[in-house]
Amino acid sequence: MITLAHFLTLGAVLFCIAVAGIFINRKNVIVLLMCIELMLLAVNTNFVAFSRFLGDPSGQVFVFFILTVAAAEAAIGLAILVVLFRNRATIDVTDIDTLKG
Amino acid sequence: MTLDKNLLLVIVLAPLVGAVIAGLFGKRVGRVGAHGVTIVGVALSCALSMHVLYQLVWGGAETFNENLYTWFQVGSTSANIGFLIDRLTAMMMVVVTFVSLMVHVYTIGYMADDDGYQRFFSYIALFTFSMLMLVMSNNFLQLFFGWEAVGLVSYLLIGFWFKRPTAIFANMKAFIVNRVGDFGFLLGIAGVLMWFGGSLDYGTVFAHAQDPAIDMGARSVELIAGHPWQVATVVCICLFIGAMGKSAQVPLHVWLPDSMEGPTPISALIHAATMVTAGIFMVARMSPLFELSETALTFVLVIGATTALFTGLIGVVQNDIKRVVAYSTLSQLGYMTVALGVSAYSAGVFHLMTHAFFKALLFLGAGSVIIAMHHEQDMRHMGGLRKYMPVTWITMWIGSLALAGAPGFAGFYSKDAIIEAVGESHRVGAGYAYFCVLAGVFITALYSFRLLYMTFHGKERFVVEHAGHAHGHEHHADHDEHGHHAPGHLEHAPKESPWVVTLPLVLLAIPSVVIGFLTIGSMLFGDYFGQAIFVREANNVLGELGHEFHGALAMALHGFSQPPFWIALAGFATATWIWLFQPSVADKAENALRPLHTLLANKYWFDSLYQAVFARGGVALGRGLWRGGDAGLIDRAIDGSASFIDQLSAIVRRVQSGYLYHYAFAMILGLILLLGGSWWLFTRIAA
Amino acid sequence: MTFELVCFYFFGAVAALAALAVISVKNPVVAALNLVLTFFSMACVWLLAQAEFLAVALVLVYVGAVMVLFLFVVMMLDVDFAPVREGFVRFLPVGIVVAVVMLVEMLMMIGVRSLQVPVSADPAALAGMSNMGWLGRTLFRDFLLPFEVAALILTVGLIAAIPLTLRKRSGIKTQNPGRQVMVKREDRIRLVKMDAVKKGEATP
Repeated sequence: MITLAHFLTLGAVLFCIAVAGIFINRKNVIVLLMCIELMLLAVNTNFVAFSRFLGDPSGQVFVFFILTVAAAEAAIGLAILVVLFRNRATIDVTDIDTLKG
Repeated sequence: MTLDKNLLLVIVLAPLVGAVIAGLFGKRVGRVGAHGVTIVGVALSCALSMHVLYQLVWGGAETFNENLYTWFQVGSTSANIGFLIDRLTAMMMVVVTFVSLMVHVYTIGYMADDDGYQRFFSYIALFTFSMLMLVMSNNFLQLFFGWEAVGLVSYLLIGFWFKRPTAIFANMKAFIVNRVGDFGFLLGIAGVLMWFGGSLDYGTVFAHAQDPAIDMGARSVELIAGHPWQVATVVCICLFIGAMGKSAQVPLHVWLPDSMEGPTPISALIHAATMVTAGIFMVARMSPLFELSETALTFVLVIGATTALFTGLIGVVQNDIKRVVAYSTLSQLGYMTVALGVSAYSAGVFHLMTHAFFKALLFLGAGSVIIAMHHEQDMRHMGGLRKYMPVTWITMWIGSLALAGAPGFAGFYSKDAIIEAVGESHRVGAGYAYFCVLAGVFITALYSFRLLYMTFHGKERFVVEHAGHAHGHEHHADHDEHGHHAPGHLEHAPKESPWVVTLPLVLLAIPSVVIGFLTIGSMLFGDYFGQAIFVREANNVLGELGHEFHGALAMALHGFSQPPFWIALAGFATATWIWLFQPSVADKAENALRPLHTLLANKYWFDSLYQAVFARGGVALGRGLWRGGDAGLIDRAIDGSASFIDQLSAIVRRVQSGYLYHYAFAMILGLILLLGGSWWLFTRIAA
Repeated sequence: MTFELVCFYFFGAVAALAALAVISVKNPVVAALNLVLTFFSMACVWLLAQAEFLAVALVLVYVGAVMVLFLFVVMMLDVDFAPVREGFVRFLPVGIVVAVVMLVEMLMMIGVRSLQVPVSADPAALAGMSNMGWLGRTLFRDFLLPFEVAALILTVGLIAAIPLTLRKRSGIKTQNPGRQVMVKREDRIRLVKMDAVKKGEATP
């Protein structure tokens, strides 16, 4: 019998894998973006599970919106990445420290 | 019938329009345009004021009391622009506009050679507007507006020749001393608002003061815990402090003599005839309040008596012709204040009116002399001018006779009425005041005739350089080099002033003679003022005097047998003997009474005291606050906080590495802490 | 252990493993393909929760569009991935520690034992309609304005990506469509008024 805890645990596992990914791939922007997508996926899983178990469609509607925003984010993020690579010839995050205080 | 409010608005606004045109478009309208437009404005105002007076006295018009415009409203208190036109107001309006008109005409001659011609006309027309706003007001706030506006114009005009350091010093002094008075005045107005029915409107406040059901006379307040004061006393003394500043009563009198730095026409208009009497007018207007407090009236009486005698004494030793008249003004203002102090408000206002005419006359006459002497003001370099300028000489004699109180002249009636009223009064301090005003009569005669003799009679103590080459040759070359003349050296012989100067003198001389005779019957002993001035039955000294009054002529004849006349005659005789026949006596007396002379020449050291205590003290306090408070505390606190933030930021900025993963790490760290914290919290709640 | 539970464990395990591969493989192309696998497995998990519409949408949007975009960018950019993998081993322990601490905390928050809520009946089925109808009703009735705004955001994202990546190159001849449209007759043709015959020939 699948319970709510099953879904939440799976989401937590995915989220933590994404966090670990951010730490160990701290230079590669492309993998960082993928990790962010993974995190969003984990969060979406939680939404779907709660929506299912509470019988409330709002949770699934939220997933719908998150998908929208994530798609837009991926498009713009990758566009920025293209421009960045064109200008700096690198995607190494350590080289991008213009914001340094 | 009632008065037309549009007519009243024209009276007030006509001088303002003139002032705006002459002031803002002075270059475009030129000299003729500037004096033309202001004189037309003031003349219109004067004619309409006379019409209003006529309507009120003979035309059966009712008192006009109406709000025309609401300036602002705070809660239930509203500040209105409104007019209260009763006979007191109408009389003041006529005096103000008439003297102002005379001064406007006179100025054409006096300021003919001055660069600031248009500016001057703009100022005096603006003054007329402000003074009219003051006297025509029907509430305390508009009164205060007019009060401050005339103070501002006074400041501007004392410093009219702003390149003279003495003029700048004098106008600062006038302004600051008046601030002291105004502070009291503001407190008084606040007190009225707080205790007298929560309104600033005259009608409401006076009705509240006179309401027997409220019995304001019995109300008291504890300003210092445990010491109850009568409310009316506190409010009236505060209001009177304002009057002391504006009307130059001891100890706030110090600014008026210095204000003579301004051009003579404004000394006549502002510092003798009208503005300085605003305090007297104000107290008379507030008579329903002052009648509530015996203590406040005693205070007024003592201050006035002191001013009347002791400032007059200073006038005897002054050598500057304008300063003699200025001290005379102080002394006469003291007389008016004494009249207020014994509840003889109408006598005070009556003296205000007569004084306005003859003192304006004396000032303008002095100005005429100054023109003839090429702006030499020291009487020690004058003498024998009567044959050069006969009109000035005669009119100055008339003015001086009126001032000294010769029976029949205007000053006689008003001053005699005040002295009689003080004699009748049983108020605390009335004995002291009676002595002061009687002695003041002697002093008044002494300095008035001293001025006349030193200026118009005796030997000529000046040198006419181009007419008489026998004199002053040894210094001649030296003078030409420096382009100016030593004291008492004139380029041309003095001559009579042009008609624009002498015409106002003649026009002012006429009321100086007859106005008292014509009006004393109705103003003092009749019911001219009606409801405008309120006197309680127990205080009505003028009512008692009225029983002995049998017409103006009888009073003049009776005057010959009264002590004031003989005292004035003694003063006249002394002055004649010393300054006309035996000028050497003056020096001998000066040496014999050396300590007294030093005391008077230093004006009782009031100026030195104020300079040492308030001016130096203020500077020292300011410097202390600057060094200790501003530089030491505030600057260091501000600089310190800036440098603290600077150092703190230098540490904190290391956190901001610019690396994305550092920021991400911080976020995740925060998430971990948040999760841990909320888990800990939830388990606690569950347990 | 029901069939559903078996399916759940299977897809969950695949998703977790594929996610681990995403963050650990050297080649970003392989990482992207693993991410596709993760998404696909999660879509199956969502199907188990009767969220059919979202599961299909996830496959369409992510697998079909977003991941293709990723692959396209990774392949288009000629990135040398050797230097960006520096410090991978050095930061591995930190990453693992942080992830494990977080996982433990999350599981404590979830309270695995207390949240053993069994699956109830499908709410969409209870309402007598399909999952899609159930979702669509809410979306177009309660969330119409946010839905429109989401559409706007997508449009903005679409347009923003174009000027970001647009670049002007010098030395290349291009057409300017704006000027082509704006062109007027006077720019192209000039009418010259001339006599029919030359003056000299007409009047001999």
